Amino acid sequence: MSLPRILLGAGADTMDYATHVRVHGELPGGARRARNGRPAPLVAELTRAMLRGRGGGAFPLAAKLEAVQRAKGRPVVVVNGTEGEPMSVKDRMLLESLPHLVLDGAYCLADLLGTGDVVIALDESMGEAHETVRRAVRERPEAGRRMGQPRIVSVPAGYVTGHETAVVNFVNRGIPRPVTQPPRVSERGIARRPTLMSNVETLAHVALIARHGAEWFRGLGPSDEPGSALVTLSGAVRAPGVYEIEYGSRLDSLVRAAGGVREPVRALLLGGYAGTWVDGVGAGALRLSSGELRPLGASLGAGIIVALPRSACPVAEVTRVAGWMSDQSAMQCGPCVNGLASIADALADLSEGRARHSAFSDIRRWSELVVGRGACAHPDGAAAFVTSALRVFAAEFEDHARHGPCDACAGRPVLITPRERSVVA
Amino acid sequence: MSQRIEVDPIKCEAHGLCAELLPERITLDEWGYPLIDAAPIPASLAGLARRTVRACPTLALRLRDVAHERAADVGRQR
Repeated sequence: MSLPRILLGAGADTMDYATHVRVHGELPGGARRARNGRPAPLVAELTRAMLRGRGGGAFPLAAKLEAVQRAKGRPVVVVNGTEGEPMSVKDRMLLESLPHLVLDGAYCLADLLGTGDVVIALDESMGEAHETVRRAVRERPEAGRRMGQPRIVSVPAGYVTGHETAVVNFVNRGIPRPVTQPPRVSERGIARRPTLMSNVETLAHVALIARHGAEWFRGLGPSDEPGSALVTLSGAVRAPGVYEIEYGSRLDSLVRAAGGVREPVRALLLGGYAGTWVDGVGAGALRLSSGELRPLGASLGAGIIVALPRSACPVAEVTRVAGWMSDQSAMQCGPCVNGLASIADALADLSEGRARHSAFSDIRRWSELVVGRGACAHPDGAAAFVTSALRVFAAEFEDHARHGPCDACAGRPVLITPRERSVVA
Repeated sequence: MSQRIEVDPIKCEAHGLCAELLPERITLDEWGYPLIDAAPIPASLAGLARRTVRACPTLALRLRDVAHERAADVGRQR
């Protein structure tokens, strides 16, 4: 019933297959296969477990699975290990330290769908993960069989290149950019076949549900959002890194697990660069579940929490990230290209104290204008990040608009983009 | 079967013809891209809506049956 679940036995080195089996036990075979025309028992377990995707979308895995099963053609399973969120390292950590949990999950889903075709999509910059995954594949008992030969694909780095449709577009046509839906990838994805794409952490949970069942999974967390989740915690904590939390647990207990705060916290960013800022005052009592965060307009996204210290300048941080997010647009959809650039330019002017009077209302208008108008949700996320920043950091933005840069503006960045090339954990 | 109009944002290149042909449902944002009222198209506008869809130079518009949508897609387009 207790934690850790996924991180059980995790250490600095990659857990090899023998150790993996010693820690978690063998993966049971029977539950994964349909028999006498009856669906595999694991389907019902995944449904009852209410497992949701951990790549940020929180889509119920069982619904995805059902959509793929409904579609015509032999399915493809895709392991999405692209992790485009700069402040998230949990997927890379899983791939490097616990690749067998991820492979267990992928092979389980492939069995459920009666397919041997597994694609593992990794960010091109994850050099070590490519190596640990390749080695793990060779260690498996399935090695040599069809399913034991997953195709490892190196996806160009970027914020939207790991989007479900972008990964499919890259594998099919070499173009790492999102495409308009429908059709959904569950109907027509890799090689126009039904495609089940899952985040690596989601697959690690599948591996454990296949062993211990839905009842066990539901032994942690609220009944409408059961289980545990990996969170990348960074910023003003003593020990930044990847932690496993119980859904519904308090933020201050996570911060305690990370050694407490190094310095006072001004605000928290939840959900990464498509996420939401919340004020630091009283945030310790926040419960980390979507039910509790939704009223704040927030979510954990791909499990990202950044504690912004009071010593950092939120205006400089937000402006820098908004500029990067604008540049990360796939440059395909007009409202995203124009909207995010307009927002980023206005923020840059504001932070320098040379903005027009209308800058604040312009930014708010553009932030509403872009929502729902891209082929993917990139503009929606970038706008949510900025809108919540203007609310939480209203005083700081006002101050910069009047007086220009502050002393902290040139400080060491807390929010990292690949441009800063710093290390989160 | 009621329908609504939607745009493929990747295909759209902001020619703006749609807003001239169907101002009842389409206006343009400040960059020239269509803002679409997703309300069902009444019978009185059906012919005009079809002509608007055909007139788009990049074939970015389409009519979609409202009843055929799955819950997951609702609200994606504006």
